[in-house]
Amino acid sequence: MEVTLTVNGADHTLDVPDNALLVELLRERLNLTGTHVGCDTSQCGACVVHMDGRAVKSCTVLAGQADGADVTTIEGIGTADALHPMQEAFRECHALQCGFCTPGMIMAAIDLVQTSDDLDEAAVRDGLEGNLCRCTGYHNIVRAVLSARDNM
Amino acid sequence: MSETGGTGIGASVRRKEDVRFITGAGNYMDDINQPGQTYAVFLRSPHARAKILGIDASGALATPGVVAVFTGADLAADGIGDLPCGWLVKSRDGSDMIQPPHPPIAVERVNYVGEPYGIVIAETLQAARDGAEAVVTDFEDLPAVVDAATATSGDQLHESVPNNRCYDWEFGDQAATEAAFAQAAHVTSLDIVNNRLIPNAMEPRAAIGCYEAASGDYTLYMNSQNPHLERLVLAAFVQVAPESKLRVVSPDVGGGFGSKIFVYAEETAVTWAAGKVRRPVKWVADRSESFLGDCHGRDHVTHAELALADDGEFLGMRVATTANMGAYLSTFASSVPTYLYGTLLAGQYRTPAIYVEVQSVFTNTTPVDAYRGAGRPEATYVVERLVETAARELGMDPAELRRRNFIQPDQFPYETPVALTYDTGDYEASLDRALEHIDYARFAARRAESEALGRKRGIGFSSYIEACGLAPSQVALSLGAGVGLFESAEVRVNVTGSVTVITGSHSHGQGHETTFAQVVSEKLGIPFENVEVVHGDSGRGDYGLGTYGSRSIAVGGSAIVKAADKIIAKGKKIVAHNFETTDDRIDFEDGVFSEQESNRSMEFGEVAFAAYVPANFPLDELEPGLSEKAFYDPGNFTYPAGTHVCEVEIDPETGTVEIVDFVAVDDFGLIINPMIVEGQVHGGLVQGIGQALLEHGVYDESGQLVTGSYMDYCMPRADDVPSFTVDTTVTPCTHNPLGVKGCGEAGAIGATAAVMNAVTDALGVKELAMPATSETVWNALGGSGAASGAA
Repeated sequence: MEVTLTVNGADHTLDVPDNALLVELLRERLNLTGTHVGCDTSQCGACVVHMDGRAVKSCTVLAGQADGADVTTIEGIGTADALHPMQEAFRECHALQCGFCTPGMIMAAIDLVQTSDDLDEAAVRDGLEGNLCRCTGYHNIVRAVLSARDNM
Repeated sequence: MSETGGTGIGASVRRKEDVRFITGAGNYMDDINQPGQTYAVFLRSPHARAKILGIDASGALATPGVVAVFTGADLAADGIGDLPCGWLVKSRDGSDMIQPPHPPIAVERVNYVGEPYGIVIAETLQAARDGAEAVVTDFEDLPAVVDAATATSGDQLHESVPNNRCYDWEFGDQAATEAAFAQAAHVTSLDIVNNRLIPNAMEPRAAIGCYEAASGDYTLYMNSQNPHLERLVLAAFVQVAPESKLRVVSPDVGGGFGSKIFVYAEETAVTWAAGKVRRPVKWVADRSESFLGDCHGRDHVTHAELALADDGEFLGMRVATTANMGAYLSTFASSVPTYLYGTLLAGQYRTPAIYVEVQSVFTNTTPVDAYRGAGRPEATYVVERLVETAARELGMDPAELRRRNFIQPDQFPYETPVALTYDTGDYEASLDRALEHIDYARFAARRAESEALGRKRGIGFSSYIEACGLAPSQVALSLGAGVGLFESAEVRVNVTGSVTVITGSHSHGQGHETTFAQVVSEKLGIPFENVEVVHGDSGRGDYGLGTYGSRSIAVGGSAIVKAADKIIAKGKKIVAHNFETTDDRIDFEDGVFSEQESNRSMEFGEVAFAAYVPANFPLDELEPGLSEKAFYDPGNFTYPAGTHVCEVEIDPETGTVEIVDFVAVDDFGLIINPMIVEGQVHGGLVQGIGQALLEHGVYDESGQLVTGSYMDYCMPRADDVPSFTVDTTVTPCTHNPLGVKGCGEAGAIGATAAVMNAVTDALGVKELAMPATSETVWNALGGSGAASGAA
């Protein structure tokens, strides 16, 4: 099937199998390998991207469902020279170690900050429940999100 | 968080590696592709124990896109050897442990669910999956042995292993221990199950085997914690390719925790297969495969006793453990419940007599090997549960009982009755600091407040010790290790004065690119930005033993210091030549070489340039160039230690355990980057808490893993755990040049016992099985919100 979508501001029209997942389209067709796959049950959140402004697990979205959508991945929110405030907060607060969960975590955290009013520690922990990290123990991730909240 | 300015030793420098990770530019295994690559899917046993009567691959070979199907027989016929275990443990009668054959791809029998027995290679991943579906395998299902505690009386799994017993090991002075128990005023005993854990690094294991026909060279890309060791084992033992023809590259690796140390079937098979199909072969595990195929951790059943005098003095400890090895002996499996466990049973205490017996058994489960802490968490759990229980039984304060038995600062070096010599420590300092942070004096008041609200509050301690910085080669080799455990480093000063550091350690989240650069920057007096750290490629570094056992800074960092010292020595020779003097008259400080009693000096960069532009060098005395290698073999283990305190509150209505406060005070010796060290502690704590409250690898009686996905295996999530209070005390390591001890495993070693001591304190019960889920706790409360009090 043919899918037309915008990814990180660029328009693409791609012919993909009907059963292709959004994450496969991003990684294999557009070479946007910052979005990771860490499980096969939609539990780990390493694949979170934004679709029309909201966080989605791209392993659980068919490429066809993204037809007409505006998708943003980790590669689209900032650059090494101009980091997004959430990226900057993750670096400043040492909120990553191996880095594998980090892109999904950052994309989920941005959505959380953008859609929450009174974001305290408990709300951050609750809001990131869909993203697994095995390295950091979440302590510094929570610090980073609360810090970015004040800069976004 | 500790904040020190600058970029040298002791500064919380923000990590060099982060920019690529936070912008999505990391280079993990599944991000790597090779021209012309094929895709591999493994055929995996659906049975826990079965004979393979026949494999019909014709359907797979007829599937569009399938390139080849190989079985275990194909590898065996081509001379591919067994996956070896690298540590020989002897039984009490002096006989060697029994190592059953472990073909990478099963040939005649399968012994655990998920064991690979074939590999399907195709043009696309989808075609490989379709091909695997089309293979018809005839199995004869056999009854499985699953439970370690009863494994010795089950069906014999391996022809060479009677009673499924790998070894029957003992350690310590049995007679002295029996004598201690005979004169004890009190004996505390516990039955302990150390639950099976599944490591779950977030990046699944993966491998790409490549073969270049023109040269006969193989390149294996894989996420390994020790690429050089992988190359050694695949070359020398499994015989996939000669060492000189095999390069192993381990790029950005998404976590390891031990599970990526080992030499597995999959990378063996794809490397071999690449030579057969003459194309690259790529395999990436899906998470379900990770659950079945990555080595698991822990899984001990233990009876432990502590003998005490009436004043609480520890007199002796007696421990009997059955350790589950799973179906085969993995790479370091034999060492985990023996030399990484029995030797740690002295803990922080002066216990004069200790005796431990360990039998390791085979079962029809995934192999068990080192997982964060590896033996030391199991030992800490035994010791610290015993001590806490003894305090309760004697009506003593658990902190005071510990204090009364601590090895004192003036007793170091201290030789324990289980063969280790602790170099330094101050255990009371960590305990005192932890008591301050948790506000122990007000605990009783907090407990009363909780009770008034109908909740149960408990506090638990864990004063752990670990032997890290693995390992003095002489000691390790004498105890059965198959390899030396030194580390290598190369400090290569480039012509322009920048420095490339090549380490045999491997970073898979630990931040070595930053920490090691801080060390070299300070040592050579050059800007932090001018130091680049390279790791994870046997084609760029000569050799290395990799990262595990909290060894990277203590052993790998020391090797780097040694190489840097050689750079300084060579630099002095160059400067001496330039100034027409002798090198003993040249000083080096803050990146400047200066002549004593003169005002002549050369900057580090000038010396680097001079080294590569060797005008008038006396070539028989002074070679051009400025690049030095070093190997560092530690003189002893390092002994990080500390006290963790956990405070929990339990809702009796639901059995839910909430950690309301957690304090970790650790002594890691001197610290290079406090920010990174704190992060390592946080992560370790959550893995330790996960074991206590959430995680459990469970098999049913037929040997099916019933916790084979994130839907069933409870990983700690952000809302399951608290924020932590983390602090350090410092006694510098006495025998390495940086005074460092290592910090990677401490959290996972200390936390579990602290949590379970707190939970049992809250419930008023002696023993409780891990994980202390709501259901377990609720049942312990009699299912009625009232503590049963049952021991």
